[in-house]
Amino acid sequence: MSDNERILKFHILRYNPQIKGDTPTMKTYEIKEAPGMTIFIALNEIREKYDPSIQFDFICRAGICGSCAMIINGQPDLACRTLTSKFPEGEIKLLPLPGFELIGDLSVNTGKFMRQMSERVESWIHDKYAENVDLCKLEERMDPDTADEIYELERCVECGCCVSACATKRMREGFLSAVGFMRLARYALDPRDKRSDEEFYEIMGDDDGVFGCMTLLGCQDYCPKDLPHQTQIAYLRRKMALIN
Amino acid sequence: MKVIYTDSLVIGGGLAGLRVAIASRQRGCDTIVLSLMPAKRSHSAAAQGGMQASLGASIKGEGDNEEVHFGDTVKGSDWGCDQDVARMFVNTAPKAIRQLTAWGVPWSRVRRGDREVVINGKKVTITEKSEAHGLITSRDFGGTKKWRTCFTSDGTGHTMLYAMDNKAIELGIPVHERKEAIALIHEDGVCHGAVVRDLVTGELIAYVAKATTIATGGYGRLYAVSTNAVISEGIGTAIALETGVATLGNMEAVQFHPTAIVPVGILTTEGCRGDGGLLLDKDGYRFMPDYEPDKKELASRDVVSRRMTEHIRKGKGVPSRYGDHLWLDITLLGKAHIDKNLREVKEICEYFLGIDPVKEYIPVRPTQHYSMGGVRTKATGESPTLKGLFSAGESACWDMHGFNRLGGNSVAETVVAGMIVGEYVADHCDNNSLNINTKLIEKFIRREENKIIKLLNRDTGENPFELKKEMQNIMMDKVGIFRNGADLEKAVEELKVLNQRARNIALRNRISTSNPELVEAIRVPKMIKLAQCVAYGAMLRTESRGAHAREDFPERNDKDWLKRTLTTWSSEDADLPEISYEDLNIMKMEMPPGSRGYGVDNTVHHPDTEKRVAEIEEIQAANPDADRFEMQELLNPIEIPEKFRGKNERIGRGFK
Ligand SMILES: Cc1cc2nc3c(=O)[nH]c(=O)nc-3n(C[C@H](O)[C@H](O)[C@H](O)COP(=O)(O)OP(=O)(O)OC[C@H]3O[C@@H](n4cnc5c(N)ncnc54)[C@H](O)[C@@H]3O)c2cc1C
Ligand code: SF4
Ligand code: SF4
Ligand code: FES
Repeated sequence: MSDNERILKFHILRYNPQIKGDTPTMKTYEIKEAPGMTIFIALNEIREKYDPSIQFDFICRAGICGSCAMIINGQPDLACRTLTSKFPEGEIKLLPLPGFELIGDLSVNTGKFMRQMSERVESWIHDKYAENVDLCKLEERMDPDTADEIYELERCVECGCCVSACATKRMREGFLSAVGFMRLARYALDPRDKRSDEEFYEIMGDDDGVFGCMTLLGCQDYCPKDLPHQTQIAYLRRKMALIN
Repeated sequence: MKVIYTDSLVIGGGLAGLRVAIASRQRGCDTIVLSLMPAKRSHSAAAQGGMQASLGASIKGEGDNEEVHFGDTVKGSDWGCDQDVARMFVNTAPKAIRQLTAWGVPWSRVRRGDREVVINGKKVTITEKSEAHGLITSRDFGGTKKWRTCFTSDGTGHTMLYAMDNKAIELGIPVHERKEAIALIHEDGVCHGAVVRDLVTGELIAYVAKATTIATGGYGRLYAVSTNAVISEGIGTAIALETGVATLGNMEAVQFHPTAIVPVGILTTEGCRGDGGLLLDKDGYRFMPDYEPDKKELASRDVVSRRMTEHIRKGKGVPSRYGDHLWLDITLLGKAHIDKNLREVKEICEYFLGIDPVKEYIPVRPTQHYSMGGVRTKATGESPTLKGLFSAGESACWDMHGFNRLGGNSVAETVVAGMIVGEYVADHCDNNSLNINTKLIEKFIRREENKIIKLLNRDTGENPFELKKEMQNIMMDKVGIFRNGADLEKAVEELKVLNQRARNIALRNRISTSNPELVEAIRVPKMIKLAQCVAYGAMLRTESRGAHAREDFPERNDKDWLKRTLTTWSSEDADLPEISYEDLNIMKMEMPPGSRGYGVDNTVHHPDTEKRVAEIEEIQAANPDADRFEMQELLNPIEIPEKFRGKNERIGRGFK
């Protein structure tokens, strides 16, 4: 935590599509930096002191819920856990996350995208006996390593950083994107999900799926939860190529 | 006027709300979930440490069962809980966790053979049995006799919420996001749904339903520093209060968690201490054994928080520009363990403190964490006074936590309550028809509309952000960990003034569509009312019980105070809630009041306690052959929905 006070300049894209005739403009706000200040703290101060209309989404403010992804000085990241001290120049430019429907200012509709993604990859355990499990009996066993590996992939917080960093997604509107691949890899790894490779192929075996991915790995570079995009996308491609 | 009709309306898309929605959907009811945000971002996702269920698969959980879990829960509540509900809960928790397993939660599992753990500051080797290999494992948590807290690394809530929401998506349950319920529609003691504001367009929509469930989480943000999400503002609880008909229970019961980081109040999980972490003072001295020689760092939360505060008051805190704090030391757990089982904690330390907890101590301080109080319900989850209104999860006072909840019992409650209450919600939908006059709907929509128009038209007045800050500071300073009559009286008076001022809010940004200032202006008066319920309830309760600690009344007083606080707000013009009490019946308790085993026992006992103890002894003597299930049936017969009644299997002991 740095103790020297400085004035931070926030350049923020302002645009409210709910207001007829509003057009996107950059606005600048100056505030005094405080020790340990995060962009969450700074934006709330701007809202409370200077401009109560400014829109952004924070919930956990602890890097856990994935609500607050935005473009911070050119890079997608979680704003709540980004310290202002990270920027020696004291200039911070904030843009809404591209690739999602804009709600207003820095708020985007990741929820709609993620729900559609979940429906598309059928993001749930497929096992026709699951509903008939006798809840009184011991649970099905799982190898401890397998459980840990599934958790690694399940750490995704649906923040959308990977989607916004993906060149393919920009060109192909219907591209499933890395978050979808991670979800599929998670279920493909899970012995409780009884889907066959052919069924997974149905979901991702085309250019909107894993064959459209150019493996440039913008996704991995910007994933705040460090999911193993590279190895998992490669794994899915191999698996799907075998079916082809 | 836009009206949406459904059978089961669930306000809140956290663990509790989604589980209720799943239950009612599976029973064939048309179901809609409302949420301020995408459901997966609900605060349930932040639970790191784990979920209590007495599976007893890990060697340190051996011998655990419903009885032991029940005992811990009742003791933890300082006998303030509803023992019927605690019973329903402990009996159903193993089923809840097993169902979540089938739905995809990747619980951490038992690995056979030796492993090194830290217990009481020392490395110890424990040996897991071969026959338990691959079953769900558990860790130690405060206030529990056994290692009972099941977990997924330290992302338990996240994995539970993802599994739950994915199940809801599989069932096609619609979640209407960015919608805020701002009032309940009701008449003649029956709830018919809610007036809901679309946070993007500003439109008011009436959601009309046979059953309405409030599952909106806690009210932690009444306090300036809280571990809770910024949306944990208690609005669901407040709209129940504002009906004037529904009651709130035990609002003064507010829990402080021992270890949130300083200054921002982000939680480091109890798993840190459960796994062997220690609390140290400014001299690097481990002080908890001096205060609590038996449970030390793993005493119940309320106890540890108070001991820490006492120690800081003795001048043993570490001074900082944000006030004194203490240290949480997890360095002794080692890098491998922290990287794997306390990874979120590590990330939080790196990002928000710039430290590496593998090598450095974490600055911590007790911080507001959990709301035991909430919408008062019967064991079925329904309000005893407003028909058709249900509540589950942290927003409810179903009352299995009494005056202090145990770590790991909350996410467990959300799911168990969701299962049980969900069945009663479905029953209610089956047995009732949608029967509502559109005039009534219109009346409620107009009322809310007028309030908003007034807000938008007022030229000068109070700033909602300022009012909220003032309220949060009053709660922090005067209704905190330790309480006393003088401060509480001041808090009650000051909040009353804020309540008046909140009737005169004016906005700088006067548009009715997406407008964060308007959102604040709608919420703040509701939050102030809740704060008044907490402060007033705390002022009147002249005893100490669980998390409610009065310096001027340090003893637990069962004789006068073994009762639940009920709060109502009868008219819009009132500037103080009305408070009444509901006795807890000792003569029906399975576990009559006793000592929690912390510090000196200065309980003022109730005359019934002795009677009930004797009665239980008689029952036990008269039924020498009764097993534990039969004994429970004799002492505390409870109703659980048919499908959750069976006995739970455990490794090594079958269904015994
Ligand atoms: C940091 C932290 C760690 C924790 N760790 C643990 C742990 O390890 N173990 C444990 O047992 N417990 C833990 N808890 C407690 C536990 O996580 C919560 O009590 C529990 O998850 C609450 O779940 P819920 O479903 O009741 O509410 P929430 O998950 O808070 O969900 C509330 C929902 O209501 C919606 N909502 C709110 N108001 C409105 C409104 N007016 N209109 C429409 N929708 C609304 C929100 O959008 C949200 O979807 C922890 C709590 C915190 C703060
Ligand atoms: S590797 Fe590149 S193309 Fe493929 S998902 Fe990641 S960012 Fe997109
Ligand atoms: S994969 Fe990573 S970047 Fe993509 S949504 Fe999940 S957490 Fe965010
Ligand atoms: S607010 Fe939750 S991740 Fe930033």
